[in-house]
Amino acid sequence: MIRIDETDKKLLNLVQLDFPLDTHPFRILADKTGIPEDEVVKRMQHLLDEGAIRRIGPIINSKETGRVGTLVALKAPEEKIERIAELINSYPEVSHNYLRPGDYNIWFTLSAPSSQRLQEILEELRQEIQCPMMDLPTTQLFKIGVKFKIK
Amino acid sequence: MEMTEIQKQILVLTQEGIPITSSPYQDISQQLSITEEEVVKQITLMKELGIIRRFGASIGHRDIGITANAMCVWNVPDENVEDVGKLMATVDDVTHCYARPRHPGWPYNIFTMVHSYSRDECLAIAEEISKLTGIDDYKVMFSEKEFKKIGIRL
Repeated sequence: MIRIDETDKKLLNLVQLDFPLDTHPFRILADKTGIPEDEVVKRMQHLLDEGAIRRIGPIINSKETGRVGTLVALKAPEEKIERIAELINSYPEVSHNYLRPGDYNIWFTLSAPSSQRLQEILEELRQEIQCPMMDLPTTQLFKIGVKFKIK
Repeated sequence: MEMTEIQKQILVLTQEGIPITSSPYQDISQQLSITEEEVVKQITLMKELGIIRRFGASIGHRDIGITANAMCVWNVPDENVEDVGKLMATVDDVTHCYARPRHPGWPYNIFTMVHSYSRDECLAIAEEISKLTGIDDYKVMFSEKEFKKIGIRL
């Protein structure tokens, strides 16, 4: 785990939702925090190198780009979990994949350019894995914020 | 939503992350033969059009100590899904909230993601949501392992 000080926390909370849209964004962050621009750059680069920031970039709205997605849960036998997880990860259309406790133990999200491609992947996985699988597409979206309360 | 070729190129060139320098759009603008101002203008436009949900830093939440992540699933009467979903979304620690179909043997139809510093905190948040909404048939599923996590790429 990386150690972050109060200034780092302030920067992280500032850049999570709305990174300044400007040709010199770090200058704006410098103005907002009262820290010189070169120190903001140095701190941000450090936070990136250490993994506190994964990347600064666009979060693409999958709906607007015509992509279709779903959440899938499956019941994998204990001894096959690793192999199945690897198979699932081999699809670039898989964005998240987690092991969770319970009968349904592998949970992953899929996003494909068309519903035809999505169904094709699900069918391939059904054939290949041969375990009970639930297809759980979003029927209603209430929140997708992904803003963490950094304390 | 139709994107212009330039917009598509900008997404492709920024989606792995912009460099942390005083002029992060310099390389992109040179590659696309447009000005840095135009790059920023197009990103702003894509945000307004809803092509980009947000432009910002993705946080490595595990690396800064937000290590507990719980998927909470709720069995909500169909006629209340809309109201309950909206109410759950107002809770700060809830990062995602969706309605999803039930399946045989799986009665849960609302899914919320909760991220926090410890499992105990996640459990307390779930309990708080339960009290807030009056839904007491729910399950809290922690993630035991992250096999993969990336954003959507073009």
